[in-house]
Amino acid sequence: MILQLAILFAFLALGEAVTALAGIPVPGSITGMILLTVSLQTRLIRIEWVERGASLLVDNLGFFFIPAGVGVMNCFGLIADQWLPITAACVVSTFIIIAVTGHVHQRVRHTSFNRNNGGI
Amino acid sequence: MCTSVCATHLSIETMEAFDTIARSPYVAVALTFVIFILARAIQRRSGMAMLNPILVTIAALVAILCLGGIDYETYNAGGKYIDFWLKPAVVALGVPLYKQISAIRKQLLPILMAEITGCVIGVSSVMLIATWLGGSRDVVLSLAAKSVTTPIAIEVTNNIGGIPALTAAVVVCTGIFGGMAGFGMMRLSHIKSPIAQGLSMGTAAHAVGTAAAIEAGGSRYGAFSSLGLIVNGLLTALLTPLILALMAPLLP
Repeated sequence: MILQLAILFAFLALGEAVTALAGIPVPGSITGMILLTVSLQTRLIRIEWVERGASLLVDNLGFFFIPAGVGVMNCFGLIADQWLPITAACVVSTFIIIAVTGHVHQRVRHTSFNRNNGGI
Repeated sequence: MCTSVCATHLSIETMEAFDTIARSPYVAVALTFVIFILARAIQRRSGMAMLNPILVTIAALVAILCLGGIDYETYNAGGKYIDFWLKPAVVALGVPLYKQISAIRKQLLPILMAEITGCVIGVSSVMLIATWLGGSRDVVLSLAAKSVTTPIAIEVTNNIGGIPALTAAVVVCTGIFGGMAGFGMMRLSHIKSPIAQGLSMGTAAHAVGTAAAIEAGGSRYGAFSSLGLIVNGLLTALLTPLILALMAPLLP
């Protein structure tokens, strides 16, 4: 498990370094995730080396969000003043994103599937 | 008289002890673990999806801190060590992503099209709705990145001049809401393909939605949901300043 976590932290550190050096507006953790995927794909890293450590973290992902969520108590005043725009905008927009993303994917996939079949 | 002096002395000592305990980062971490385990047990026993353990834990902690007169900064002296694991956990999402890479390659065009529309409509809709309902400018800006994972969302909010603390809270709440209601919303809007479902969950509700998708459908869902959260995270970081510039006349 130590080795598994060591590799994950090494990729995080690498991601942070790449982000800082390249000055891209994306967090180091996302860069690290992309670098890990690429390294697995190019067989630089074997899946067995990271699989258990990764599933420990991924399976408990929600837990790590709790302290950020408790931070809500620092903006109670603001939320009490503007609870309607905040909650309504988030709820409706979440629904819109889910519907739009899913439908565009289903449509485009269907169209390109038909076109490919037509070509044959 | 002696007894009363002793009693005062004792109560001051007790209060000091209570204060030391409340300030210990280990107590904050232990409390978070214990409440989360209880919340998970409650959800399993009751079988109610509404009792999301993350939401229940956050609510319980906020209640305890408010009642005990403890401020967030004191709690976060321990909480930050839990928060610390968020970044390596995001890196770890590279594993489910790698496992589905061949499926992703076959569908590059549909995935990209869905993500670009999802991102642009997501960022613009939340800002427009909040504006129409009378949100102030700093609140509207704080909501722009509500669908992407906390580290990206806070970066975006800092960039465009919102309130990072509000963004952090809104991101977690959106994730929990998307995770709880997402599958119902997809039934309503006839999104049936497992890939489209996973993608939508990750795009709308980041890592919390991904956790819900994995729980509901297994690691294949998790891979497409991770893909949704990555691509939407990248697009939101890159496109939000542009969307904001285009929408400037419509915002407060």
